[in-house]
Amino acid sequence: MKEFIALFIARNKEYYRDRAAIGWAFLFPLLVIVACALAFSNPDTSVFRVGVHGDFAADTAVGDFLEQPYIKVLRYDSLERGLERTRHHQLDILLSSEGDRYWVNSQSTASSAVEKLFLNDTEGFQREEISGRKVRYVDWVIPGVLGMNLMFGALFGVGYVIVRYRHNGVLKRFHATPITALHFLSAQLVSRLIIVVVVNGLIFVGCLLFLDLIVLGSYLNLLLITILGALSMITLGLLIASRTANEELAGGMLNIATWPMLLMSDVWFTLDEAPLWMQQAANFMPLTHVVKALRAVMIEGASLTDVSHHLVWLALMTALCLGIASLLFRWHKR
Amino acid sequence: MTYLLEVKDLRKIYRNSVTAVDGVSFGIRPGICFGLLGPNGAGKTTTIEMMEGITDPTSGTILYKGKAPGKQFSQQTGIQFQSTSLPDFLTVREVLELFHNFYKKALPVELLVEQCSLGEFIDREANKLSGGQKQRLLLALALINDPEIVFLDEPTTGLDPQSRRRFWELIQSIKTRGKTIVLTTHYMDEAELLCDELVIMDHGRIVDQGSPRFLLDKHLPHKRVCLDIDGHAPALAGMSGELIAGEDQLEIITTSVEKTLAELMQRGIDLSTLRVRNPTLEDLFITLTGHQLRD
Repeated sequence: MKEFIALFIARNKEYYRDRAAIGWAFLFPLLVIVACALAFSNPDTSVFRVGVHGDFAADTAVGDFLEQPYIKVLRYDSLERGLERTRHHQLDILLSSEGDRYWVNSQSTASSAVEKLFLNDTEGFQREEISGRKVRYVDWVIPGVLGMNLMFGALFGVGYVIVRYRHNGVLKRFHATPITALHFLSAQLVSRLIIVVVVNGLIFVGCLLFLDLIVLGSYLNLLLITILGALSMITLGLLIASRTANEELAGGMLNIATWPMLLMSDVWFTLDEAPLWMQQAANFMPLTHVVKALRAVMIEGASLTDVSHHLVWLALMTALCLGIASLLFRWHKR
Repeated sequence: MTYLLEVKDLRKIYRNSVTAVDGVSFGIRPGICFGLLGPNGAGKTTTIEMMEGITDPTSGTILYKGKAPGKQFSQQTGIQFQSTSLPDFLTVREVLELFHNFYKKALPVELLVEQCSLGEFIDREANKLSGGQKQRLLLALALINDPEIVFLDEPTTGLDPQSRRRFWELIQSIKTRGKTIVLTTHYMDEAELLCDELVIMDHGRIVDQGSPRFLLDKHLPHKRVCLDIDGHAPALAGMSGELIAGEDQLEIITTSVEKTLAELMQRGIDLSTLRVRNPTLEDLFITLTGHQLRD
């Protein structure tokens, strides 16, 4: 019994004297709670999602209908995009001012309910019916999960190894040869890029086969987004690892980089109900752009042009992180 | 005098104001084994790492073949650090092949395997070798580019006596091939055996330098002639040198062993237990610094 008590006391001392670990143990749950509270701070009270193509004047019957508190209005410049979303139950009804038409999904109960309300308030619209499979939560979440997996593989796979090699002297041994930081870093980058793209590709194929995912867009576009996303996060990993002296510090920094992205980059839930500043902050994170681009291509059928702003951002982030990492890189701790 | 490598007034002061190297100057002639001898913390590793280009000096000059070391320096030097890990999961052969590709000119891997006796564990993971095996591999990596100058930082620290002797044989074979070796050590026997020239360092400074023989003759010209006595000191009146008579041992400190032996034989002293003890570098270090190497 005394052996147990002695070990128990010693272990508790080890724990509370590790200031970094104990700080993280209390701080981290607090951050998660705060992030979730902010993410869901503006709850959506609407019941039906109404897509609008074109313009309807505010003082018309349609205008009045759109201002009802149970209606959420989503505007579309492209009729085709609106139809696609209606087809997959992401809109309950779609209205177009071109020819005063509306579309409902015959397979959606919400669609038939909102149609009744619409017809109650308006008249003279031509009915069109379309059908299509509902975008399930799993169809919505898998692009986020793929992006998350890409992030962990890229950041921890390259960042942690470089820091460990710096700590145990492998990098110092390389420094004693003619190879340059460019040789070393580019080899790490390309190796990790191939690994994460292949692994993520296999996971994607598995999801397609076993989860019957909706993929409306081009597979080549998905590959391009994956490659650019991997590059942006590998170079972020290189930046984090460029000077970090030991694995504990690297682990802390990698967690600081990854956990905000997990909570704010649209992985598990959308930030549509979060304050604007939080949504804007999320746009500085590479995972946000990867997930949004993958999701747009997979469940909305977005083209390369539609997601180009995400790709440009990822390319810029890659160049910036790589440039700074190369300048800061150290072969060994001072 | 043409030095292959020369350092002038080299200083290294770390950010916490610790002066690790405090104005060190010496020149290394080609083809010799040059030693930096001193206790832990003397500044040997910092000095050698500045020469290798791993650490930047705070001030001072390093000249390789009369000029500042340029891009050619890393192609022409081989380095073995005091402690190194190697990349995970690679075998000895794979590590040799990896490093082989770092240099414009490199020796065949098989030649290095033979020279450094790596054959018995060539397919084992590099990070799973014993101490002696790992040091032989690290030496092979330091020789892979057939360098002109090889830096060895405490290469036999932590090795068992047999591994140490094996390693010394390897270093001696490198010397016969005309390479210049720069060696740091805190082992006196290693410095005496291998080094043609030495600097003795303590607290970041050079205390003295020269060949081991020169340093010993300069500071410790005396030898000790010892005889066992069984409680009765023999009659030694008029003998040259300083006599120290203990209960079991008589010690005669003399500058000429031949003269002392002649005097002992003249007096008919039994010489069957005679021993001559030459001063060692350990004795030299104590004389020069006032403290032992392992204080």
